[in-house]
Amino acid sequence: MGITFRKETFRDDYTFRNSPDHIRRFPFPFNEDSYMYAVNIEPHVVGPKGSVLENLIDVDEHYVAEMQDRALVLAEDPLRCQSLPHMTLAGWDLLELLMEQQALGYPEHFTLTRDGDRWRWINRPLGIDDTFTFGDTSTLPYGPMEYITRQSQGDFCILDQRDGNLWMDAGMVTTQADWSLDFDIGMNFFEWHAPVPLAHEKGIFIRALKFLTNIQQGKPARRLNWTMTINPRLDTSPENYHKWGPDRATVTPENVGQKVHLRVELQSFWRLPRSNGIVFPIRCYLIKMDELVTQPKWARRLHRVIRDLPEELATYKGLTRYRPTLIEWLSKLDDGSPTSPGFGPD
Amino acid sequence: MSTGTTKLDVVVSDVVPVNELVTRFHFRRRDGELLPTFSGGAHVVVEMRDGNRTRLNPYSLMGSPLDTREYTISVRRDDIGRGGSLFMHRSVHAGLEMVISYPVNLFSLDLRAKKHLMLAGGIGITPFMAQTAQLAGSGGNFELHYTCRTASLGTYADLLQQRYGRRVRLYHDDRNERVDLDRLLSSQPLGTHLYVCGPAGMINWVRDRAAVLGWPSETVHFEHFAAPQPGAPFDVTLAVSGKTIRVGEQQSLLEAIEAAGVDPPYLCRGGVCGQCETNVISYDGKFIHNDHWLSEEDHRSGCKIMPCVSRFEGKSLVLER
Ligand code: FES
Repeated sequence: MGITFRKETFRDDYTFRNSPDHIRRFPFPFNEDSYMYAVNIEPHVVGPKGSVLENLIDVDEHYVAEMQDRALVLAEDPLRCQSLPHMTLAGWDLLELLMEQQALGYPEHFTLTRDGDRWRWINRPLGIDDTFTFGDTSTLPYGPMEYITRQSQGDFCILDQRDGNLWMDAGMVTTQADWSLDFDIGMNFFEWHAPVPLAHEKGIFIRALKFLTNIQQGKPARRLNWTMTINPRLDTSPENYHKWGPDRATVTPENVGQKVHLRVELQSFWRLPRSNGIVFPIRCYLIKMDELVTQPKWARRLHRVIRDLPEELATYKGLTRYRPTLIEWLSKLDDGSPTSPGFGPD
Repeated sequence: MSTGTTKLDVVVSDVVPVNELVTRFHFRRRDGELLPTFSGGAHVVVEMRDGNRTRLNPYSLMGSPLDTREYTISVRRDDIGRGGSLFMHRSVHAGLEMVISYPVNLFSLDLRAKKHLMLAGGIGITPFMAQTAQLAGSGGNFELHYTCRTASLGTYADLLQQRYGRRVRLYHDDRNERVDLDRLLSSQPLGTHLYVCGPAGMINWVRDRAAVLGWPSETVHFEHFAAPQPGAPFDVTLAVSGKTIRVGEQQSLLEAIEAAGVDPPYLCRGGVCGQCETNVISYDGKFIHNDHWLSEEDHRSGCKIMPCVSRFEGKSLVLER
């Protein structure tokens, strides 16, 4: 049957919308009425049909529009995609992983055929049909990482593993929540996590690093993270803060439902076989408040989570300016009845 | 969640004697598919069903990472060890169905290196077989120095010289040929990384000299799987699972925990990866730490143990498992 790809924008006129079944498959990140920072890592295995976990690499109705937005970001700022010279092999690893997973999950849209090193990749939604030699960079229009991540939803950090640490040595980062590849490139795990508050007990990070450096081939892991964004803007980078930062002051009781978006990142972690690196895809999902509250359980629960969020965390997530307006708006949808356990809508 | 490795169902496709001590084993997937891609330096854990006990031994993959129709490992017979290598030599034949783990790499190449300087001792040559194949395939710069006891025990020496010519240097103990290590280490171009695999004594010697000669530790890579040492039996209480078990003379603590039906994580089973680290709740006696993972301070503190290689002597030991 295939996916019907939406024509929409993530800037200027903001025509981004979720269709009704995409609202229901939204990866709502709260399984109880409160939230606390934790290392919530679990195995990345296939989940229920119709959920964002139906395939390990998810492709959805926003695919084509997101790829167009990425091309616009890259045209303005090529440094959003960088790969240190020793990471080319990892780029090939990633190309193989994404082509395999997309072709496996969505055969009506993507086809990968291999004849030894001669590979043919057909990407119907983007109108691509390329034949190239695996491992030979000169046979592709871009480096392997850039080539495939211009065709894959989400950001990608490729980490080199050495000296018992992980190093952010390559990436395609255009849909990030306020961090910058150009700033973090070449940093190790502790360096790029330095600004996170409330998790300053180093213990959490040492355990997380230990877990990540032990990620096995064939055994990916995942976690969810969340924040909020005003307007459905994919690119909320520090470089563009002047564009999106002031939006936070524009939230009014009248426009909360349209302007405020919950932004969920599904982060997964995969061991790459040839380079022994780790790739860390960060897939961003957006939903506006008007869409989210069509599910009464989510509306009630989000109200309680945002209301009770510790101040420092709210500040870190940048919610301070519009939090009272949002809580007030959500409170009208919270009748005080209990919410059922689990993430899914009722 | 258990962080043990994913398993592969394989069949032994060939068994090839290499010399009086070493035998090579070839594995293919039972379903005929390609095996997972791996990188030079990776190992697999081979499960051996030996009567009613299961042995799990790690072996480096020595084939080319560019060809995953089969995996190959080489096993050196150890007549006084705990029996895993003897089992491989005596009981494993072509056609046997076995289970091995997905590849795990704890000895990977640093791809930033301008040059890879490799030092192998004896059976420590196996990870370099795959690494040299990988580097040769991508035009990488490497040089291999290989010490063996005698020419006839120079496992794959001929093959390596044939493939790589002067990039391979051989040293035979019986001819009193020795690596002039200080000279070798002092004459390398900037950006060289050093890799060493072989007996513990050799690894320590190379690491020491490299440190003395000013090599930064990030440029020195080594792989040494300590085989679990046999020792006097001892008893352990596992607090979480509420079991008290006995660790036999020829058994590792990890194996005893597994035999009791507890499924602790592991990756290397050789005291190097850190995965099996376990908290000690209480003890009265002394630890025989054989691992390369915990710091000396950890060893002294008595708070942690690596059950894959470490043992205990004394009255009582309670672990958090
Ligand atoms: S399993 Fe690797 S240190 Fe014990």
